[in-house]
Amino acid sequence: MKVLLVDDEEELVTALAERLSLRGIEALWATSAEDALRFLETRSFDLAVLDVKIPKIDGLQLKKRMQNMRPSMKFIFVTGHGSDRDFQTGVSEVGADYYLVKPLKIEDLIVKMKEVLEG
Amino acid sequence: MNIQDAQIGLGGIQFFGKMAASISHEIKNVLAIINENAGLLEDICFMAERGRPIDPARLKKLSGSVKDQIRRADHIMTSMNRFAHSVDEASVSIDVSEVAELLVSLSARFIAMRGVVLAVGKPAGPVAITTFPFALLNLLWLCLDYAMAVVGPGKTIELFAEKTGDGAWFRFGKLEDMAADAAPLFPAERETALGQALHAQILRDPVASEIRVFLAQSRDA
Repeated sequence: MKVLLVDDEEELVTALAERLSLRGIEALWATSAEDALRFLETRSFDLAVLDVKIPKIDGLQLKKRMQNMRPSMKFIFVTGHGSDRDFQTGVSEVGADYYLVKPLKIEDLIVKMKEVLEG
Repeated sequence: MNIQDAQIGLGGIQFFGKMAASISHEIKNVLAIINENAGLLEDICFMAERGRPIDPARLKKLSGSVKDQIRRADHIMTSMNRFAHSVDEASVSIDVSEVAELLVSLSARFIAMRGVVLAVGKPAGPVAITTFPFALLNLLWLCLDYAMAVVGPGKTIELFAEKTGDGAWFRFGKLEDMAADAAPLFPAERETALGQALHAQILRDPVASEIRVFLAQSRDA
């Protein structure tokens, strides 16, 4: 499984990438939409884990642009939204079934990744 | 109705809510980083139990990162606390640099999300004004929000707090596109109402590409 993690919090994505790598999942990371799109020019990924709020562009817009470049790629959204209502709003905003709230449990993330790729 | 009630209103509650939501988002990010670092420490322990040697430098780096995030959270919560207390008194003497600092701290996530750089200039010494801090912060936030909408991503906005003859300016500069047709209306109803309540002058100067908010040292001035 090859995963691209996109979040403007560098310490978060680097630690998460390392933890996924220790579990046999190849994970690269980007801290901006520009870097994420640049990655896609030369590499392919099975899945991207995107923060809903990324500087300059929202996660949904980034997803659309990434999907145009890699149509088969799957997506999971991650958010710092705190409440259930925010969570539901976020889901409808991005039109995503796959949505996790920070702080993440790595086990939940991996289960969700497998679900997304199998579904 | 006292002066705080009159000046806070629905717009003030919305401002407070917006800042509180942003701060909670920031704290969630801090917790998420601490959570991943703790998870990484568990992973390292797990591997050590299976005979893989522990690298002390790695542990030091992780504990340093946790400390950094605690410092970050402390700064965020200190700003939140100062912001929360900004509604306490309708008339208090406050240093303009402190106001600018608090505005920047509260707006940090919005500034980052818009992809804007905010260059802040402060006066050499303290410049006190007597005002209602919450209403002033609300007004300055609306100015900053307008400035960010005008310049767009990748641009720099200047924010200067400066002493004038009998008061102080807050000046938002380098707003090069403020004369464009697409620029939002400014000052709009809320900015004007806050300006009146604070006895502040709000000047929009497309020639100088800046907006300025002037406050007299004392509201009675």
